[in-house]
Amino acid sequence: MAMASEAPKDGFRLSMLIYDTRFRSFTIQVIVLILVLLGIAWLVDNTIANLAAKDKDINFGFLWNRAGYDIEQQLIPYTNDSTHGRAAIIGLLNTLVVAFWGCIFATIIGVFAGVLRLSKNWLVGRLMTVYVEAFRNVPLLLWIIVVFVVTSETAPQPKDFKVTADMVQNGTEPAAQKLLFDTVAITNRGWNIPAPLFERPLGVLHLGSVPVNLSFLAILAVVVGSILVNRAIRRKARLVQEDIGIRPVTWWKSLAVLVLPVVLLLFALGFHLDIPAFPTDENGVSKGFNFQGGILVMHSFTALLIALSLYTGAFIAEAVRGGVMAISRGQTEAAYALGLRPGRTMNLIILPQALRVIIPPLISQYLNLTKNTSLGIAVSYLDLRGTLGGITLNQTGRELECMLLMMLIYLTISLLISSLMNAFNSAVKLKER
Amino acid sequence: MKKSVFLGAVAAAALSAGVASAATLDDVKARGELLCGSNTGLTGFGAPDANGNWVGFDVSLCRAVAAAVLGDPAKVKFVPTTGETRFTALASGEVDLLVRNSTWTYSRDTDLKFDFVAVNYYDGQGFMVKKDLGVSSAKELDGATVCIQTGTTTELNLADFFKFNNISYTPVTVQDDSEAQRQYLAGACDAYTTDASGLAASRATMADPENHIILPEIISKEPLGPAVRHGDNQWGDVVRWTFYALLIAEEKGITKANIEEVAASSTDPEVRRLLGLEGDAGVMMGLDNNWAKNAIAANGNYGEIFEANIGTATPIGLARGLNALWTQGGLQYAPPLR
Amino acid sequence: MSETDAQTAFIRSEMLAPQLPPVTERGVIKWLRENLFAGWLNSLLTLVSLFVVVSIIVTALPWWLNGVWNAGSLGECRTIAGPEGGACWAVIKARWHQYIFGFYPQDAYWRPILAFGMMFVALAPVLYYGLRAGAKLIGVVAVLTVLSLAALDHNIAHVGAIAVLMAGLFAFSVIAPKRLVYVTILYPFIAFWLLWGGSIWKPVATLLGFGVMVLVYRLIQPRLGVIMGTAVGFVAACLYWLFVQGAITGALGDAWPTLTAVNSDQFGGFLLAFVIGVTAITCSLPIGILLALGRRSDMVLIKTLSVGFIEFIRGVPLITMLFTASLLLQYFLPPQTNFDLILRVVILVTLFAAAYIAEVIRGGLAALPRGQYEAADALGLDYWQAQRLIIMPQALKISIPGIVSTFIGLFKDTTLVSFVGLLDPLRGVTQIVRADINWKGIYWEPYIFVGVIFFLICFGMSRYSMYLERKLKTDHR
Repeated sequence: MAMASEAPKDGFRLSMLIYDTRFRSFTIQVIVLILVLLGIAWLVDNTIANLAAKDKDINFGFLWNRAGYDIEQQLIPYTNDSTHGRAAIIGLLNTLVVAFWGCIFATIIGVFAGVLRLSKNWLVGRLMTVYVEAFRNVPLLLWIIVVFVVTSETAPQPKDFKVTADMVQNGTEPAAQKLLFDTVAITNRGWNIPAPLFERPLGVLHLGSVPVNLSFLAILAVVVGSILVNRAIRRKARLVQEDIGIRPVTWWKSLAVLVLPVVLLLFALGFHLDIPAFPTDENGVSKGFNFQGGILVMHSFTALLIALSLYTGAFIAEAVRGGVMAISRGQTEAAYALGLRPGRTMNLIILPQALRVIIPPLISQYLNLTKNTSLGIAVSYLDLRGTLGGITLNQTGRELECMLLMMLIYLTISLLISSLMNAFNSAVKLKER
Repeated sequence: MKKSVFLGAVAAAALSAGVASAATLDDVKARGELLCGSNTGLTGFGAPDANGNWVGFDVSLCRAVAAAVLGDPAKVKFVPTTGETRFTALASGEVDLLVRNSTWTYSRDTDLKFDFVAVNYYDGQGFMVKKDLGVSSAKELDGATVCIQTGTTTELNLADFFKFNNISYTPVTVQDDSEAQRQYLAGACDAYTTDASGLAASRATMADPENHIILPEIISKEPLGPAVRHGDNQWGDVVRWTFYALLIAEEKGITKANIEEVAASSTDPEVRRLLGLEGDAGVMMGLDNNWAKNAIAANGNYGEIFEANIGTATPIGLARGLNALWTQGGLQYAPPLR
Repeated sequence: MSETDAQTAFIRSEMLAPQLPPVTERGVIKWLRENLFAGWLNSLLTLVSLFVVVSIIVTALPWWLNGVWNAGSLGECRTIAGPEGGACWAVIKARWHQYIFGFYPQDAYWRPILAFGMMFVALAPVLYYGLRAGAKLIGVVAVLTVLSLAALDHNIAHVGAIAVLMAGLFAFSVIAPKRLVYVTILYPFIAFWLLWGGSIWKPVATLLGFGVMVLVYRLIQPRLGVIMGTAVGFVAACLYWLFVQGAITGALGDAWPTLTAVNSDQFGGFLLAFVIGVTAITCSLPIGILLALGRRSDMVLIKTLSVGFIEFIRGVPLITMLFTASLLLQYFLPPQTNFDLILRVVILVTLFAAAYIAEVIRGGLAALPRGQYEAADALGLDYWQAQRLIIMPQALKISIPGIVSTFIGLFKDTTLVSFVGLLDPLRGVTQIVRADINWKGIYWEPYIFVGVIFFLICFGMSRYSMYLERKLKTDHR
């Protein structure tokens, strides 16, 4: 046996490998290792034999072939002439964008619902209980479908926004109107929202095949800079307050620092909005099928986002309620004794303490939400599973490569999120000494 | 050879379904059951009825093959497959035969290594629009929103068609036919595109079929047919000739009702060869000589199957069109049985 | 002065009845004021909530009330409901059995129902070992089982036999509540036989394998210890299953008693959801316990493997596991092995659930005070004895709510199997119903029906687990 050389010289017997506690764990680990390696070898051997039997190989070359299909929502440029690899990246971005906004909205909804569920208002409390229980006890798949159908059936059709020749003659208005000063049109296909445009853009930097819009980058830089400067101003004000007891008035400084640079930059770039509208002829009669211009946010995206946020929000609400109830009643009473109103008590005393209890379940809910984005399949949202694990797999027949790649990507995302959130958790955790 | 070492207890518990090997015909006979990959439910082509019996145009072909091989059209196990899982199910031997309105294409034939042994339905991709849209040709659909089902060849055809005609469109991908129909009716897309047979079936079941039109353009060739694994020619022959037997039966006027009578009285040599009264056509394929008789007796000849499931007398109401026999101006043509 | 005092003096000799509080401080108004309109924010919230509730009722109620129950197709429904439209519940009336049982043969519905009822009998000793509450649960379940059978099965003999069986089980649970655990051990085999049918000797012969394992373990364990005992027992059982079992089942063949065999492709609807969910959770418990212990182990390799497995499974969506079952498993198994899709899905879902159960049990283990481990050591128990007698009973009890909520999550997620072509109640069966030319175009009704059933089951389970948690709490805080 392999470990015979490590045995003590005096009277080593094989049975000591099992009975002697000095060696037992070592023996067990070696046996387990051998078994695991055998198992892996068996799987690999089977895979090779199966691939050979089917006359196939493992080859990721298809990722560089033409995809040939269209994707309705694309965050970076894509046409049906792009490669399968690029389609997979589009899918990944679509997954990430739903996951990102989903986590934010779910947190907002969850915190509100969790706090409102404890509200003294009878109706509101009951309503929140109904919301939480309804969403926790019915499959997510059903909610995605329901939200999708409701969003796409309650809104008017694009043609209801059209101005016909009759309307021009009679001076009547079309059946549906755009919202928010005539800029946003909600149709049963999606949200037509204005797109930001620049007359004097800074140009586009191509990093590999991913274009980076320098104008947006510049705006982002200015906003971050403004926030940092604003922080410095407030810190200075706090120091003054701690020193002399009177806080200097800073709101106008903050306002100026936060707003002015961005406005100036936007003005310099020649910022204006591209408002979605139907093309019209000289008489003002609308032509075409759809709104032109602006950005179309499809309902498959909004429905998935809303359903995921509501569903995960219900679970977060329970976590928040548990966290709030874990804070002793004395904290609330002490806050009341100090003269804080209920709202401020919640914001300043209870929630910050409850946060520590809430964060661990919150992490697993964020992970669940991210993984649940794969249910976009129900509304045919072309996320990673829809592109790489769906159409690409179906067109190329490379299920082994597509599935392995897809699992690897999901795993990476999950591990990234959980490590980020765990780092945050240890940062806010109560430091025990 | 059955390797079930890994699954000792479970396999013994008789959950193991079957084993694929090069000789599918022998496997099917040994198992006493044909595993047929079907749709998860497509009106007229294949779906279980209220009692769980599978019925439909594609399903009938499976039953005919089962009747030819095993002598009993009921000895079929239908394995519902989705657009994503169908080819893997066939490649891995989970099904012996895939009859799931799958299009015969070059890459599926060569790269995915399947054999499409026949074409049981000649289809083509078309468009349906609402009448009040005021469109009479697919080329007027510039800028339109189009609903398409994912996991099919239709999304590739659509991209090609719009690209070739230099017009733009917004795709709305949809998971299945009923969802596509709902979205189209709600006005979430201007046009719905899928195989023309599917469009006709959808239109037929709408509350107001007169307000919807199917545009004249057929933008692709969609030969739908049964597929088997590459390299098992004997099994491919069985499926191919079972289908041709149904065609020959229609050509010769043999129906489910009169088959015994024809068998007793016919003097036509091809009919006699077909029905196993003369020669050894069945034995040559590894079946018994009653194969074609059993296959025809299962659900009738090709024409009967068509009329019973999707023909003009059904609510789907498809005309024979390209699928008429070659003698009636269609494309269905069986090689001579000799 | 005193006279005037005397004149005007008034001393009340009887108590006045207490006056009613002001009108705003009593009855409905007080309740409304305190609970609905305390402060402007609260009033606003109340009004918004009222608006939401009323608008939902106004939109959905006429459709609901105008529902059609008797019709042969969607077209007929539309005609009967008239221009204002209404729900077409006729589809549920026509196809409800497929939503519950899939394509399970109609004359054999008593089998899944009996298996479902007996599941609670098997659960009773797990939840309340030796307690009276177990008998109460069994009594209620027995009555419900017999009632639902009487409603569904018109064969009086079936109903009578099952009534006798359930009454027997109830009597057993009253007389010997602790012995009921044997039913639990036998239950998987009984349920398998009831659901899939065939000869009873197949499950019995498989059960014998476990008998062999226990026997070998008993023989070896005193001499070679737990690990060797388990390993040798397992090998012996495998040898038995591989070489002996075939002979036994072959010899007995289809000897009495047999049930009509039902193929797993006929499973569907909630029956399928339960089969997948219950099997996966049951099988994942032992794996989950081992993984949780592995994760807390001192042995680096075991710990790494456990953590790696758990984190991998928890890092990928269930849907990719299902696609693995349907697309990839064939690559990893010996060439030409091929088995049922439902079985493959169950295996993958079991692995999926095992990772989550492991985390739940790890939480239970972490919640045990360190003193329990030390006390076990002080008594001189070895690792496995300590786990079996001290640690696991407590840790599992703490974990019950977590296990139940994992089960609820898994049960809801069984709806995803429709994406690999299985007949789940939500999409799978609905798709088939819609493929029928009579019901093509139906939309909301099946979803509402299935959603309500899911809600009732999951809500019931979560409330029951909360009740159980309170009931099983033995600490004296």
